[in-house]
Amino acid sequence: MDFQIALILGQDGITNGAIYALLALALVLVFAVTRVIFIPQGEFVAYGALTLAMIGNGVFPATAWLLLGAGVAVAALDGLGALRAGQARKLPSVFAVNIGYPLAVLALLRLLPLTELGLAVQILLTMLVVVPLGPMMYRIVFQPIAEATVLVLLIVSVASHVAMVGLGLLFFGAEGYRTPPLSDASFEVGPLTVSGQTIWVIAASVVLIVALALFFGRTIYGKALRATAINRNGARLMGIPPALAGKLTFLLAALIGVLSGVLISPITTIYYDSGFLIGLKGFVAAIIGGLASYPLAAFGAVLVGLLESFSSFWASAYKEVLVFTLIIPVLVWRSLTSHHVEEEE
Amino acid sequence: MATKNLSDRPVLRVEGLCVSYGKVEALTDASITVGEGQIVTVIGPNGAGKTTMLSAIMGLLPSRGRIEFDSVAMVAPEVETMVASGMNLVPEKRELFGEMSVEDNLVLGAFQRYRMGLRDHAQTMEEIFALFPRLRERRTQMAGTLSGGERQMLAVGRALMAKPKLLMLDEPSLGLAPLITREIFRIVTQLRSRGVSILLVEQNARAALQVADYAYVLETGGIAMEGPASELAGDRRVIDAYLGVGGKHQEMLAT
Repeated sequence: MDFQIALILGQDGITNGAIYALLALALVLVFAVTRVIFIPQGEFVAYGALTLAMIGNGVFPATAWLLLGAGVAVAALDGLGALRAGQARKLPSVFAVNIGYPLAVLALLRLLPLTELGLAVQILLTMLVVVPLGPMMYRIVFQPIAEATVLVLLIVSVASHVAMVGLGLLFFGAEGYRTPPLSDASFEVGPLTVSGQTIWVIAASVVLIVALALFFGRTIYGKALRATAINRNGARLMGIPPALAGKLTFLLAALIGVLSGVLISPITTIYYDSGFLIGLKGFVAAIIGGLASYPLAAFGAVLVGLLESFSSFWASAYKEVLVFTLIIPVLVWRSLTSHHVEEEE
Repeated sequence: MATKNLSDRPVLRVEGLCVSYGKVEALTDASITVGEGQIVTVIGPNGAGKTTMLSAIMGLLPSRGRIEFDSVAMVAPEVETMVASGMNLVPEKRELFGEMSVEDNLVLGAFQRYRMGLRDHAQTMEEIFALFPRLRERRTQMAGTLSGGERQMLAVGRALMAKPKLLMLDEPSLGLAPLITREIFRIVTQLRSRGVSILLVEQNARAALQVADYAYVLETGGIAMEGPASELAGDRRVIDAYLGVGGKHQEMLAT
């Protein structure tokens, strides 16, 4: 291996690492606020990428039907809840949001000339379809069992992942897709050719991470999410409803997932089940951060990306094995260095 | 048992409140009333059900019985709606956000108001800082690094950020040095003069009876006695059980 190959592998590794970093941050966030280990994170990547690919091909994306179905389910749950609490006047807004919105998106997708739209508009449409599935999933699947143990939440999380993969096969078929790159430009930096897509991926990841940091540091809703992660009871007493925190967290996780999908699909062919492996690599990175530290998770993500690209050069058959084996020394090291501290008072 | 605390404008009226943990009944048929601008205290020994009662009123625990807050009957109270309608609880454990700054803790106290479109938290925070100058000095410090007394101040300040009509304090003197306890009780009295009604749960019966207008004695899950605080403070049974004799030292600290 010469220096030039190392540079190319390094570039690949950092590009993928930037995407894993986003996913790792989403996983840490979801776990901190809701205690859910969010296995379906990867499915949002695949759904985002494939929905964009369908729209790009001028095909009506079947995920829009899922949006409508989930919306109807949420409307039924929330509607029943409102009736039981004797708040029938809330019904119109419940129906407008949960059924009216999906219908509006459906109409948009039917009426717009999908192939003639610019890539930016297609990405926006993709987000309109897939991102709301996050909070809807929280409402339907996780909110009713919000007080369950971490293990139960994990089992349900795995079940939702399996369901989403199955639906993915139904929606998109077994074929893989690539989407056009966000930029065709390429730059010569010394011996290295840097593509516009690489720059897009890294820049978008950095912007998103900074935006998240600002959201959590500056806005009251961001602070409320952090507060829920730090002290659930304290947050409840401030009138921060756990359900709101959960939905907001899942919204962010879904948004991050879809954006990652949009960023990665010009680099790799995405199949209906590709999300799982991508999500798992984000998970390895999140584990490096102990499912708690954002900077460590981001660092872990870059490490995972580099390890993946170099191992695909030396031992491509084992590249996934090598990446996931990384978890073992990390866990050993963490169990030796960290010790459980009881909450004071 | 109907309460005899005849205040002309009750903020909180609880009747026949029962709470059970599984088959064990922790609170049986408790009735209390807090009038507007009153400090009402509930005293009693460990395990009498004081914290249970506050948690049930706040909606943290399921309960049976009638809870009327600000002349509105609360059916199956939920924490969120209770906070929105102006009730706030400072729990025994404080439940601060340890890894966030004092200022952020305070801002979050106004979360429910912010959500309802009332964006006056900067002004409220100034009022809190005037009440607790110590918190202003520590505004950028992490809440987890504060001393016990400062934590209690922050917990009370954070609850006040919601501009509550009724503030419920669970053992505010727990684990605090006597001088700081005195400071906290001084502030409790000050709050009453601002029109905040207070429901105070205390083991430090002497200090509680001195600041309160009306008092209830809670024993093994039921209200055993009640009356104006000054009367209870002179009651033989209360003195024997909760105040002890010759507590000159305690008396000095409580003033």
